[in-house]
Amino acid sequence: MLISKRVSIRLTEIIDDAGRAHDVVHVNHPGDIMAIKPKSRPKRAARKKPAAKKAVPIATNDELLSYYKDMLLIRRFEEKAGQLYGMGLIGGFCHLYIGQEAVVVGMQATAGKNDTVVTSYRDHGHMLACGMDAKGVMAELTGRQGGYSKGKGGSMHMFSREKNFYGGHGIVGAQMPIGTGLAFASKYKGDGGVCHAYCGDGAINQGQIYEAFNMASLWDLPVIYVIENNKYGMGTSIERASAVTELYKRGESFGISGAQVNGMDVLEVRAAAEEAAAWCRAGKGPYILEMKTYRYRGHSMSDPAKYRTKEEVSKVRSESDPIELLRDKIAAARAAREDELKDMDKEAKAIVTAAAEFSQQSPEPDPSELYTDVLVDA
Amino acid sequence: MAIQVLMPALSPTMTEGTIANWMKTEGDKVVSGDVLCEIETDKATMEVEAVDEGVLGKILIAAGTESVAVNTPIAVILEEGEDTSATDSFTTAPASTPEPAAVASIAATDATEPEYTGSTTEMTVREALRDAMAEEMRTDDTVFLMGEEVAQYQGAYKVSQGLLEEFGDKRVIDTPITEHGFTGLGVGAAFGGLKPIVEFMTFNFAMQAVDQIINSAAKTLYMSGGQMGAPMVFRGPNGAAARVAAQHSQCYASWYAHIPGLKVIAPWSGEDAKGLLKAAIRDPNPVICLEHEIMYGQSFAVPDDPDFVVPIGKAKVEKSGSDVTIVAFSICVSYALDAAARLAEEGIDAEVINLRSIRPLDIDTIIQSVQKTNRLITVEEGWAACGIGSEIAAQMMEAAFDFLDAPVHRVAGEDVPMPYAANLEALALPNADKIITAAKAVSYAA
Repeated sequence: MLISKRVSIRLTEIIDDAGRAHDVVHVNHPGDIMAIKPKSRPKRAARKKPAAKKAVPIATNDELLSYYKDMLLIRRFEEKAGQLYGMGLIGGFCHLYIGQEAVVVGMQATAGKNDTVVTSYRDHGHMLACGMDAKGVMAELTGRQGGYSKGKGGSMHMFSREKNFYGGHGIVGAQMPIGTGLAFASKYKGDGGVCHAYCGDGAINQGQIYEAFNMASLWDLPVIYVIENNKYGMGTSIERASAVTELYKRGESFGISGAQVNGMDVLEVRAAAEEAAAWCRAGKGPYILEMKTYRYRGHSMSDPAKYRTKEEVSKVRSESDPIELLRDKIAAARAAREDELKDMDKEAKAIVTAAAEFSQQSPEPDPSELYTDVLVDA
Repeated sequence: MAIQVLMPALSPTMTEGTIANWMKTEGDKVVSGDVLCEIETDKATMEVEAVDEGVLGKILIAAGTESVAVNTPIAVILEEGEDTSATDSFTTAPASTPEPAAVASIAATDATEPEYTGSTTEMTVREALRDAMAEEMRTDDTVFLMGEEVAQYQGAYKVSQGLLEEFGDKRVIDTPITEHGFTGLGVGAAFGGLKPIVEFMTFNFAMQAVDQIINSAAKTLYMSGGQMGAPMVFRGPNGAAARVAAQHSQCYASWYAHIPGLKVIAPWSGEDAKGLLKAAIRDPNPVICLEHEIMYGQSFAVPDDPDFVVPIGKAKVEKSGSDVTIVAFSICVSYALDAAARLAEEGIDAEVINLRSIRPLDIDTIIQSVQKTNRLITVEEGWAACGIGSEIAAQMMEAAFDFLDAPVHRVAGEDVPMPYAANLEALALPNADKIITAAKAVSYAA
């Protein structure tokens, strides 16, 4: 088994759009990126070791600011959703993505026109990152006519064919075979699309995921399995749930290459996503990315999170918050001034405030909607 | 003592076969394990091995003979020292064997749907299903078939015979044995714009995949506010085959019929099979097609017209009558028609309705019939509890209470897991006798 670990501190000079030179510090910690090449599948012996040999990721100023804006919007949106839940405007289950923003924003940074996205019920961030309108998402959370599913799906079940977002699935793990099927459809149609199928560290122990892995590898389907390892499947830590906690190795017996990625660093996520997408687009089959990340809030709104200490949460928040990390990079690159970043925060808040207002003004679905959309008229 | 070699049953539902080749000739020495002959069934060509030692004394059925009934003596093996005169007393009359399930021979005499009047071809239900898929695959590139053994093996029950050859391995796909996975994959492919036909080797195995069928395929259209659903077909044999016991003999009609967002069809005849499956493939919703293994090998006149479809949600009156209504689906239509023929001899004129679709249920056709006969019997292989008959009985109470002269009577599978023993299995299933008893009961006839 080939595992490469590395520690690197590098100073990179980048030139921004205006021709100004900036120094950017990139730090990789041991274990941040590891790649594994399985040896169990001879016909794939020529597979290159992924992810680890790539240069330290760099980005233009515009890219840094664009990711910052996207991540900030997700965080502000989720904070507002939490508020509205507390006010009784959102019912049922509501799973917040706060802390994990770099994962989906980094992945989407590489998405092509026909790429598809499917995920579980912790899906608000994914929808925003796919370009879905914050108003439509928030109005779905409040169960209103203006929601993406006309109020009939709720937090866990939202879709946008237009934005290639295929849910929003409430059954843990079910989205992974579905994502494999979306990849199957892309290959069948020859549209060049790659599917990003997301699941958590809890879901990864569901059997159907391995059934999907097998078929994806057998048929070389263009799918990136993104495992968002936030350390807890609801209240059970990964150590208490998984015999092997290095989740990027889970495809090994199916001949699927995998890499572990620092999911708190949007640029590292993007770099890994680029490698994985290139792999898929080259017709080499699926790829697994294990994103080491963390959720700050409970599993859902009703979770008191007694299974971890306050200190653990605050340590992650203070030391590896994805938005703060990106802010540091922006500062180091002198990509934006402090007041410009503040303006961006105001913009995100304004979008979220408008979404919250819309989500309360939009009417509840008409009673006649109860009976619509059960079947398509044949 | 000379030993008879009998025509073997090479599958749970085989009743007859063709002797393709004799691999030994008369006078050859035979040891246990030698291949005696090759037999073609409706599903495959199988080798028959000798289990006894001796000399092949006489071949009773020549190579190339078709329709040789199971248990017919096909050869005689002589023990050491015996001469060929020992074979003289053997004939080719089949050894006594239980009659295969009676198949109705009564032609349809009445129908609410306009009868198809175009040309037909006599073919098996198996071939009708295959033709339905082939015709739809020719006209729609997004239709593909996936499942276990559907491609190279030509289908575990030979339903997909020839499809790999015509459509290639891009569209006729052998899956690993992985129902939950490939069902979810099929749902994703449907979301992605394709029209999958997912074959389950039998519906018993679909229980491994039932979450994807119900939570993903059936509900997504609603949960997405109509944005996207799963236009696809789940098909395969359902119900009791023969002697495969509890885990392989179960009717899932009421399970799927319970679910809004699904359509459920259950073809009986070749016409049903072709017309309903074509309608299902064209339908923009997820459709469960419950076939029956024992019907696969039975032949019917099947419409040739590629535009012939049977509308989903419409029942067919297979035989009109005035005294009692018998509602059945799938193989139970055979039992119902058989019972109706025998009831006629006793002066009871039964009407037989072939449901064809379980969801949506054509309750209007049943009500119209009950308004005429005032008596209703339902027949299904599934258990009575929460079954299709229970649903029909409840709807009759709501919609036709005043027309009933007797309580609705449910003929159903006995409330036990399916036993293996032949006698117990027969007792557990509906049959014509049980229907006749029920018909007399609701008619207050002795």
